[in-house]
Amino acid sequence: MRSNEPKITPELVASHGLKPDEYERILKLIGREPTFTELGIFSAMWNEHCSYKSSRIHLRGLPTKAPWVIQGPGENAGVIDIGDGHAVVFKMESHNHPSYIEPYQGATTGVGGILRDVFTMGARPIACLNALSFGAPEHPKTRHLVSGVVAGVGGYGNSFGVPTVGGQVRFHTRYDGNILVNAMAVGLASADKIFYAAASGVNMPIVYLGSKTGRDGIHGASMASAEFDDDSAEKRPTVQVGDPFAEKLLLEACLEIMAADCVIAIQDMGAAGLTCSAVEMGAKGDLGVDLNLDAVPTRETGMSAYEMMLSESQERMLMVLKPEKEKEAEAIFRKWGLDFAVVGYTTPSKRFRVKHGGDVMADLPIKELGDEAPLYDRPHVAQPARAVIAAREVEPPIGLAEALQKLIATPELCSKRWVWEQYDHVILGNTVQRPGGDAAVVRVEDGPKGLALTVDVTPRYCEADPYQGGMQAVAEAWRNITAVGGRPLAITDNLNFGNPERPEIMGQFVGCLKGISEACRVLDFPVVSGNVSLYNETNGRGILPTPSIGGVGVLDDFTKSASLAFKAGGEAILLIGETQGWLGQSVYLRDICGREEGAPPPVDLAAEKRNGDVVRGMIRAGTATAAHDISDGGLLVALAEMAIASGIGAQLLAAPASTVPHAFWFGEDQARYVVTVPAEQAGLVLAKMKGAGVHCSRIGTTGGDAIAIAGEDALSVASLKDGFESWFPAYMAGKA
Amino acid sequence: MKSAVLVFPGINRERDMARALKLASGNETAMVWHAETSLPGGTDLVVVPGGFSYGDYLRCGAIAARSPVMDAVRDFAAKGGLVLGVCNGFQILCEAGLLPGVLMRNARLKFICKDVHLRIERSDTPFTRGYNAGQVIRVPVAHGEGNYEADEETLKRLEGEGRVLYRYCSADGVVDEHANINGAAHSIAGIVSERGNVLGMMPHPENHVEDIMGCTDGRGLFAGLVAHMDRAA
Repeated sequence: MRSNEPKITPELVASHGLKPDEYERILKLIGREPTFTELGIFSAMWNEHCSYKSSRIHLRGLPTKAPWVIQGPGENAGVIDIGDGHAVVFKMESHNHPSYIEPYQGATTGVGGILRDVFTMGARPIACLNALSFGAPEHPKTRHLVSGVVAGVGGYGNSFGVPTVGGQVRFHTRYDGNILVNAMAVGLASADKIFYAAASGVNMPIVYLGSKTGRDGIHGASMASAEFDDDSAEKRPTVQVGDPFAEKLLLEACLEIMAADCVIAIQDMGAAGLTCSAVEMGAKGDLGVDLNLDAVPTRETGMSAYEMMLSESQERMLMVLKPEKEKEAEAIFRKWGLDFAVVGYTTPSKRFRVKHGGDVMADLPIKELGDEAPLYDRPHVAQPARAVIAAREVEPPIGLAEALQKLIATPELCSKRWVWEQYDHVILGNTVQRPGGDAAVVRVEDGPKGLALTVDVTPRYCEADPYQGGMQAVAEAWRNITAVGGRPLAITDNLNFGNPERPEIMGQFVGCLKGISEACRVLDFPVVSGNVSLYNETNGRGILPTPSIGGVGVLDDFTKSASLAFKAGGEAILLIGETQGWLGQSVYLRDICGREEGAPPPVDLAAEKRNGDVVRGMIRAGTATAAHDISDGGLLVALAEMAIASGIGAQLLAAPASTVPHAFWFGEDQARYVVTVPAEQAGLVLAKMKGAGVHCSRIGTTGGDAIAIAGEDALSVASLKDGFESWFPAYMAGKA
Repeated sequence: MKSAVLVFPGINRERDMARALKLASGNETAMVWHAETSLPGGTDLVVVPGGFSYGDYLRCGAIAARSPVMDAVRDFAAKGGLVLGVCNGFQILCEAGLLPGVLMRNARLKFICKDVHLRIERSDTPFTRGYNAGQVIRVPVAHGEGNYEADEETLKRLEGEGRVLYRYCSADGVVDEHANINGAAHSIAGIVSERGNVLGMMPHPENHVEDIMGCTDGRGLFAGLVAHMDRAA
């Protein structure tokens, strides 16, 4: 081994994010002191981001199976069967820390990374979604971060050529020092042509494809596994730089060599770059890997083995090719102007050997690098349950109409048009429902099948009650898909939490995960891929627990999807699901009453299923002319959104006498939908619902140009729309 | 109608365009790689589609405009062949010298994807015969650099010769600054060459040709081209 590498000292070990006991583990595993390069490799493989050392033990409890699941967690992305030979490949991943330090590049590389995960498996990406959490609007950095992240998400997806069709944008002071950028990609593949990471066969060439390796992103994954402090901006050099053009070429070249049947195994170089991808290919295939770094295409001269092994330069892939197809594959890559180099071979040794300039820089047991990573069952405590807030004890500070006008223009509930109009959401010509609805709908090839896609979570519920919040996130994703007429099939989860070494944070994680598991099981909505992002803290203050749920559902006929816009005047408006008026943790309580308090609404999964199945049936039968799930802001906000989307108003009956009016209209009880049906069918529908044991009542009639509750001031749809659309652009222009 | 769609590295709306062309003409479209030096025999229409050729690096369209296939397109256009450039295609045609002017960064400095309204300025051209003069159509835009600019002399000529075919307008056809989505000179969305056989436009008619897209106003452009070719044949 080369002698000019730094000496291994306790300080050097610590600066690699490895704890003393973890270093002991390394010594025991290899029986000697590691080289500098080896230390770097261990730090890359054993950080939280890559090893899931704090979360693995709990992730095992997630339901991951269903007859339609082709590939669950553990590969680049999850794969489900949607029939007719089609498979949908999807995953969501975070790029939180880089996006806070360098919002544009952080967001672009987040999108780039997740797209690569999807096309690595042989799928052509057909849609992207994202979930963005920013600090309070009044925080001095927020505007800059929103502007940079949105431009970055758009900058990558627009150029790559995939429609960004949906997502979430939220603001909360708990994200002031640690924003969240969660990107989801969805691709379409042939069910019998899925590509995996496991290498097979000894002495097979390992090929490096794509962009050259530079010094960017070194230790990116380690940064993503540490808390932030005031000096975090100094970590800017660890942020990678995205090149969507290179990725587009990589996509086309990869799909072409896959179609030409050249590929045995493929793995993208994401977190921890060459290290992680090479180890995974070998370990999954029960093989060793010999890498020759002299063959790696580099962007700059003089790069050390350490730097090459840890670089997170983007738009790179590693493949094992069929030897007889090597020339054909190379010609395809050259045609697309991409680098192609044989950088190693598979070996029978089960060792991971890295050579550079004639020296062996690393020689490690390949399986143990992954399998023997530390595994922690960290202590966790559940927080005391929050008090249930009785609706009758909440005094309404303002009238219903005034509250609605105010709520619809809050950062939480206002239109996010300013954001999604910067994303190309129509490219590929398959977008049936654009952003702004409950779920996006995209056509599958020439149809008639369609996909319903959504991302959802309500972090304030998760904070107040992790178990209920975890269930609610899954239930709401399920409901969003249902509300457009889709059959929910599977989810990807992106679990964003604070420092797992603090028992209360670990308690949030464990609680949310339990809730997610329970909801997935009952709703038959398994987890097929995901990502865990911990240490989302700055100066010891954690984010709201934010387990983003990306849901995928299928429609047998996309022309039978429902949208939330009212379709005509004179139609009956039906409320499906039970309304008690749950104000705890509601947007009303927070933004109108100034109280961020109480227990969140409980989730009744049996009711979710019963009510959702009924709504989906009505959409399929063509009975429901519009449908919308009721979530943040409650019933009246849902109705306002349906009115704003159509320009058609509604005449509403007064709240039932048994309820507290402001709780009836703004409570956030779960498992509820608003649907409209032609007036003459209302009686029949109500009778049917009664028979099925589903709460359903007629609450009004569409028509006019205002939302008018009996006995209350009417609010014109035009003024609601104005408030709804105004906040975001005004804020970004510095006027709100 | 036999059409050829050019494919440069980084182009990403070639499939959308091929689908729209097939819908209108019933024929498969030839996809022509940028390194080719000739167009398929019997080509009636060359389309330079949208996307980010060469990543929009250097200047939008600048690198693609210097591709081998563009020499063939220049010859084709010189003989009167019909050429349609959409979005990045418009930028490429300007950079290639087939159309005057340049597409600058949007006035509000942001990428914009939304439906816009266009006023058809005249209907007596192959590119607009599917519409009526004065008709307003709705099609999406998706660009960051669609702000058309040219020197005063050029703009005067374009207007004087009736070469502005599409202009940004409101839903009821009013052309004003409010409807001018990207700040383009004279609200220009699409222009033709002096001879009238090369059209460049920023909006995407190919993304509004089926009911599922929420609107079919883009069909007129393709239907008009097919009708023009049928008459010529």
